[in-house]
Amino acid sequence: MMRTQLALAYAGNPGYLPPHHYDQIFSAHGTIMIFFLAMAFMTGLFNFIVPLQIGARDVAFPFLNNLSFWMTAAAFILVNVSLFIGEFSQCGWLAYPPLSETQFSPGVGVDYYIWAIQISGVGTLLTGVNFFVTIVKMRAPGMSWMKVPVFTWTAFCSSILIMVSFPVLTVAVALLGLDRYFGMHFFTNDGGGNQMMYLNLIWAWGHPEVYILVIPAFGVFSEVVPAFSGKPLFGYNTMVYATCSIMVLSFLVWAHHFFTMGAGPDVNAFFGIATMIISIPTGVKLFNWLFTMYKGRIRFHACMYWAVGFMVTFTIGGMTGVMMAIPGSDFVLHNSLFLIAHFHNVIIGGVYFGYICGMNFWAPKVLGFKLNEAWSKRAFWFWLVGFYFAFMPLYVLGFEGMTRRMNHYDNPAWYPWMLVAEVGAVLILLGIVCQLVQLYVSIRDCNLPENRDVSGDPWNGRTLEWSTSSPPPVYNFAIVPHVHSIDAFMHDKENGIDTRQAGAQYEAIHMPKNTVAGIAAGLFALIFGFAAVWYIWWLAVVGLVGVIATVIARSANKDVDFYIPAEEVARIENEHTRKLMAQAAE
Amino acid sequence: MDLRFLLRLPGGHDLMSTQTNSSGESHGSVSSYLIGFVLAVVLTVLSFLVVSTHSLSPMGTLAALSMLALVQVLVHLHYFLHMGGSSEQRWNNICFVFTVAFVTILIVGTVFIMTNTTMHMMSR
Repeated sequence: MMRTQLALAYAGNPGYLPPHHYDQIFSAHGTIMIFFLAMAFMTGLFNFIVPLQIGARDVAFPFLNNLSFWMTAAAFILVNVSLFIGEFSQCGWLAYPPLSETQFSPGVGVDYYIWAIQISGVGTLLTGVNFFVTIVKMRAPGMSWMKVPVFTWTAFCSSILIMVSFPVLTVAVALLGLDRYFGMHFFTNDGGGNQMMYLNLIWAWGHPEVYILVIPAFGVFSEVVPAFSGKPLFGYNTMVYATCSIMVLSFLVWAHHFFTMGAGPDVNAFFGIATMIISIPTGVKLFNWLFTMYKGRIRFHACMYWAVGFMVTFTIGGMTGVMMAIPGSDFVLHNSLFLIAHFHNVIIGGVYFGYICGMNFWAPKVLGFKLNEAWSKRAFWFWLVGFYFAFMPLYVLGFEGMTRRMNHYDNPAWYPWMLVAEVGAVLILLGIVCQLVQLYVSIRDCNLPENRDVSGDPWNGRTLEWSTSSPPPVYNFAIVPHVHSIDAFMHDKENGIDTRQAGAQYEAIHMPKNTVAGIAAGLFALIFGFAAVWYIWWLAVVGLVGVIATVIARSANKDVDFYIPAEEVARIENEHTRKLMAQAAE
Repeated sequence: MDLRFLLRLPGGHDLMSTQTNSSGESHGSVSSYLIGFVLAVVLTVLSFLVVSTHSLSPMGTLAALSMLALVQVLVHLHYFLHMGGSSEQRWNNICFVFTVAFVTILIVGTVFIMTNTTMHMMSR
């Protein structure tokens, strides 16, 4: 849509989107894609895979998890409400002041932005705490830190980054809210405010945020590549250390987002060099994946397509990132389409390819049937080719001086590149269509025997999640597995150990009850957010009190758990064993 | 706040797993809370006295207040958050050190960036 606008809006032609509307669209695109697509997709993968990988029955705090989901959902609904009632922010995805201050944005758009971010921020923060505790406290016996699967490691590092960085976002946006609602002057030039402080704070969160997103994608590839190469991951230890050092370094580089703000050479040199250093552990990871494939027995499943496409595309994105990390060249490229091309290169090539790869990889575990592979490959080719058509011209345009967020231009030299980018956008659209067709075809054919995943281990997997049935029973593991090596399940398979310990003496399993408290709190949060946007104060109070009362009521409730009786566990487990036997007999 | 919340959880109640129920073993006794409370009150009163009686020079007042604040933090950590050298506290200690490290990075970095930028942009 945005590319179409720019392909049309040349010279005298105003294009089909007025500037006002165009500004809303790119702001909503950025906000939705980062906060509600990427973050939600990531949390979904965490929720399903992390407990299974570490041999746990659930996360540490099930209710907290429920609450964070509904908070995120409420925030997303709030963003979508803005499409119909009022307007959305026109200030870009980070709402820089002074543009986002009341003086320049008197409408409700920025208020929608603020409350959506705050409510989803609560959800994300709670998720971070939850997974941190889950991974620290609930690993299966025998799973020492250096036996933890790499995806779980990446989830762990992401959770730490969430816990450290999201409070900064909350504070920055809250201060902006105070400016707007109570006429304070944190980021205005009147009254001693300083808008540069907002940039500093928002990027102290914003840079870790992109690593929160991309580190789990690295984790997905670290599971997929070994599984389809038939080899253990090359350099497991270096992978873990690289993940941890990326985590720490990502917190040391935020100033590279505003080299041009006016800091001196000391600041820019420090943050420029810190940024370049990140490429070292990332390079280590890349070589680890390549060496994992080297001399492996590679099956070119659709997941591998996405993984290999990622390695090539992400490397280019990483290199342009290092180019921009040089403060001198950043002065040329800052806020140009080069930057846009760079971050789409790493976010599409890294995060998006990673999550889609993970979706194809783990879908049989979640759903009990495999997704259609042919359509996934078609989607991949459209996405890959479309990506290069859409974003490589943007690098060129960046060098030619075209800035981002332009609604209209008069330079004839840019026009052909814009048309190429438009072709790319159409190809990507076809890729999305292929993915939708893939989902449709997969669900249509889900009962065909070749698509059913009876064994629970369709790819000859290496980690514990593949030892359960697909989809796993509600309690995940009837008998908590004992871990002997890094790839616990592969170790058991090779040594003839039955990870499930089928037929053992089952015991009753302690489970949390379903609760309406999460959805109720989410609903109240939505009411609060909506009321605050429109200054309906009595309703905002109702919403806020509702959230607090719901959570307190839930905390006081002692009747939150129940036991699945041992006979029921035995029935479910024996059923699965019977299916396994039947399949083995065929 | 996160840390406090985490540490206040009843041991293993919310953790459904039977595997490693070892969160927050030592919740302290009434007497340890009382000692902590008395110490905290004494330290707070001392801080007020230092300021209100003007018994020290301005620099001395500042130094005394800083020292009292530091001791206050340690008292809170020890008596209310139950941090100590025992092995079951290791994770809490690691978390604490990490938090302090990250907060330091953020604050020092911000001061570094903002003073430098302010100087160059002559915005003050």
